[in-house]
Amino acid sequence: MSEVKKIATRESYGNALAELGNIYPNLVVLDADLAAATKTSIFQKAFPERHIDCGIAECNMMSIAAGLSTTGKIPFASTFAMFAAGRAFEQVRNSIGYPHLNVKIGATHAGITVGEDGASHQCNEDLALMRTIPGMVVMCPSDDVEARAAVKAALEYVGPVYIRFGRAAVPVINDRPDYKFEMGKGVLLREGSDLTIVANGICVSEALAAAERLAEEGVSAEVINIHTIKPFDAELVVNSVKKTGKAVTVEEHSVIGGLGSAVCDALCAEYPAPVKKLGMQDVFGESGAANELVKKYKLDADGIYQDIKSFLNK
Amino acid sequence: MNNLELQKIANEVRKGVITATYHAKSGHPGGSLSAADIYTFLYFEEMNIDPTNPKMETRDRFVLSKGHTAPGYYSTLANRGFFPVEDLKTLRKLGSYLQGHPEMKHIPGVDMSSGSLGQGISAAVGMALGAKLDSKTNRVYTLVGDGELQEGQVWEASMFAGHRKLDNLVVIVDNNGLQIDGNIDDVCSPRPIDKKFEAFNFHVICIDAHDFDQIRAAFKEAKETKGKPTAIIVTSIKGKNVSFMENKAAWHGTAPNAEQYELAMAELEKVGEALCQK
Repeated sequence: MSEVKKIATRESYGNALAELGNIYPNLVVLDADLAAATKTSIFQKAFPERHIDCGIAECNMMSIAAGLSTTGKIPFASTFAMFAAGRAFEQVRNSIGYPHLNVKIGATHAGITVGEDGASHQCNEDLALMRTIPGMVVMCPSDDVEARAAVKAALEYVGPVYIRFGRAAVPVINDRPDYKFEMGKGVLLREGSDLTIVANGICVSEALAAAERLAEEGVSAEVINIHTIKPFDAELVVNSVKKTGKAVTVEEHSVIGGLGSAVCDALCAEYPAPVKKLGMQDVFGESGAANELVKKYKLDADGIYQDIKSFLNK
Repeated sequence: MNNLELQKIANEVRKGVITATYHAKSGHPGGSLSAADIYTFLYFEEMNIDPTNPKMETRDRFVLSKGHTAPGYYSTLANRGFFPVEDLKTLRKLGSYLQGHPEMKHIPGVDMSSGSLGQGISAAVGMALGAKLDSKTNRVYTLVGDGELQEGQVWEASMFAGHRKLDNLVVIVDNNGLQIDGNIDDVCSPRPIDKKFEAFNFHVICIDAHDFDQIRAAFKEAKETKGKPTAIIVTSIKGKNVSFMENKAAWHGTAPNAEQYELAMAELEKVGEALCQK
């Protein structure tokens, strides 16, 4: 088998912005002294006059983006997820969410795959925070193809959007001719009958690999990619669980408030079923290489496989 | 518009503040009254706006960063014709479009939702930047409280505005000296306010908030200032023109009861009568 291509979704973000900058003259990009890391530097190179570095002041950046949007600009405010959703939560809620302004938030370096910088910079809470803001669209793409599609979809949509990108390179899994991205619609990646695995972000490729191993042992896992956590495609998940009877959620995020909670919310309301939530189990991360952390916190294929096995054997 | 006319309108704006907060049984009269003359000047003389076309693209923008003084803002907008003055009585009531803090989606004339302190000034900076990017000539005004200066975001916004030389931006500081917990000098002094804005590369003008000659001159000077944003620091009296509210922190966020309402309105009626004698 040939080597799988790997690209970090932050790279996809920067590339997508630069591509779309030609089509959307009102697209402006804001950053907070992290352009090289968030990859908005790619856009900056192409459109220097439309790239606004706000300095290390994320709260101000969010409210500036709000003001800019009222003048007809489509601002993409970019920084690490920790600062976008964490530090500037209230600015996002009050300056952007409450007036439902057309601001897009590109949050990179989400989750534990930030790696060596450690827990202070590993945001495992952003999806939970953003999901609680009324009217906010929240996306967490799984690879390069999906990340670029998400940026385009966000641009075409009028209203506030939060998109989560990662620092570490992840396998390209959606590079196929029939791939179609629809905001708010989950993607059924693999059909199965024994359980439903719901994943997002970097966990999608690992979940697929885990499903592969389970299949070798005769366990048939359905795999769903929820790239848009809000609005949530409850129909797809509920219908799948009606068939399989149980679900496992996998996310590079706290198991409190993120994908796992969204799945539980949907199932509780329509089809109560056992759910095992894999992710950060109410703990902070730590320094280490991204792949080591993913392994330690059991978000790699092997860890997911093991946890699913013990869930099934209960 | 001459000063006497502006004074008469400002008095009507103040009456609207008392009426609105009395009917709401809550709200912020103190800082609404201190800013009434500034509001009046902005909406009746300074700003290019059209009450019949609140979203006019070429309009000047205003962001009430000290959003809690919405009663003064709404009263001004109502008196200017954006919506009926009678509606001020619905302030803060269930089903009313006049929300407790400025809300841009449903209130004609409101350019930005605000209320969480420190954020409005940043939004105004964003609007000024947007105008600059498109070489538009409209101006952007924002009113911040002196207590609000304790919010770090005010200074993030100011640093950015100074750095970007946003000379289409005017930051007005309502320096009434009081905040909820008392005197700003006792709580956590933001002074020296003028030197701070100067240090953030603003052109700074200090005036009396209740003197229309000074107000007019300051806004003229701001317009003529190129290459820098302007901060106009206005020394004001919290609760201005209602004797028992003047300079009392307690009237920051307390509504008048029926008796106090009658008293306040009688005082403002007297002010109005005196102006008519002029």
